[in-house]
Amino acid sequence: MGSVEHKFKVLAFGMIAEKLKTSELELEGIPSTEVLKGYLFQQYPEIKDTKFSISVNRKQVKGDSPIPNEAEVALLPPFSGG
Amino acid sequence: MSRFSRQVILPGFGPEAQSKLKKAKVLVIGAGGLGCPNILYLAAAGIGNIAIMDGDTVSESNLNRQVIFGEAEIGINKAEAAAHYLKSKYSDIQIHTIPEFISPSNAVSWISQYDIIVDGSDNFATRYLVNDTCVLLGKPLVFAAIYQNEGQVAIFNAYKYAINYRDLYPEPPKENDIPNCSETGVLGVLPGIIGTIQAAETIKFLTGYGNNLVDKMLYYNLLTQQTYQIELSKNENTMSLIPESPEELASRNYAFFCDAEEGVSWNDALRELKNNPQHILIDVREPHETPKLLGYKYFSMPVSNSYEISSEIEKAESIFLFCQSGIRSLRMARDLKKKFIGKNIYSILGGIESPESPLN
Repeated sequence: MGSVEHKFKVLAFGMIAEKLKTSELELEGIPSTEVLKGYLFQQYPEIKDTKFSISVNRKQVKGDSPIPNEAEVALLPPFSGG
Repeated sequence: MSRFSRQVILPGFGPEAQSKLKKAKVLVIGAGGLGCPNILYLAAAGIGNIAIMDGDTVSESNLNRQVIFGEAEIGINKAEAAAHYLKSKYSDIQIHTIPEFISPSNAVSWISQYDIIVDGSDNFATRYLVNDTCVLLGKPLVFAAIYQNEGQVAIFNAYKYAINYRDLYPEPPKENDIPNCSETGVLGVLPGIIGTIQAAETIKFLTGYGNNLVDKMLYYNLLTQQTYQIELSKNENTMSLIPESPEELASRNYAFFCDAEEGVSWNDALRELKNNPQHILIDVREPHETPKLLGYKYFSMPVSNSYEISSEIEKAESIFLFCQSGIRSLRMARDLKKKFIGKNIYSILGGIESPESPLN
């Protein structure tokens, strides 16, 4: 079987979007959230120091979670202002 | 006609919901950008008992968003100024003024007196303190926070073992990693919108009207007018991070992680290690060096053989390093920070020879 194309969307919020200089990325071939983090830390070292949670298809995930084809992954940093 | 007739006639709301609002006791923490719209709409909606807690005074730069206040209130305590305004508008609700900041020593006594807590604070130390106190006391928490042009709103701790803030972010970030409005700027309408959503959630939660944000987080972006809602998930490790008793809560230093520099005192380190089993202590001296730190659980990771316990470090939330005088541990803390991204890694000041060390 040939490799099936695996694409997904990454939405960034708050300071993560600021550091990525975009609020939306299209990525492919990254199987899980930990691999995604490794990729992002390499491409955008400035986000390493920012804490964030991750959701896949609008559900918060913990640990290493699979990223399904056509998924929507969101990077969710905390806000403190009020 | 009552002042509530327009909401009482709403299908599904009615006099029953109104009477729930009348009986409710709500504590609003912070009378700032988020607090002001909360206070205005909760009072207008007829919440029977509203407490306003804030130790800060009004300053001129607050006026673009803290819409209860005007030039005449500059220099006046925010809780007092807001309470004074509400009392001039409505005679049928109780307003309680708490002109002080919430702290580990007063949080339990204030929060325990109210049915629901509205967090309109502006810093991480307060947000974790309020969250933990609400979990400890079983109080629902209506949370909101803003960053530049974005906001987030959620209802935490709505029932036993419900989602709380630590399920999302187990440990506080450093205060200066995520700047607040005074540093990054904010259009006044943003906390107006987010605080109004927060007030709506409080009213809906108290009355059972509509679908609320229990165990969900709503994100809002002012620049795009887009919203995004996610379902939150429980994190099994969270409960161990919440103080187990009011006494333990009162003894915590909530500002610690937010303000901590890379060098920390023995007192702070030992207290944090006691509070959280996910924190570890490491002796970075060579095996022959003495005195040993008897009576404490720690790992040994000599500088000459550094990465042997990587897996322990990987699992830990925060790592405290000590050596003889604090010099080697500081150097190693800097090295480890590069290797273990996102971990809180601290060097204990003065090492084992410090007058503060538990051996002295």
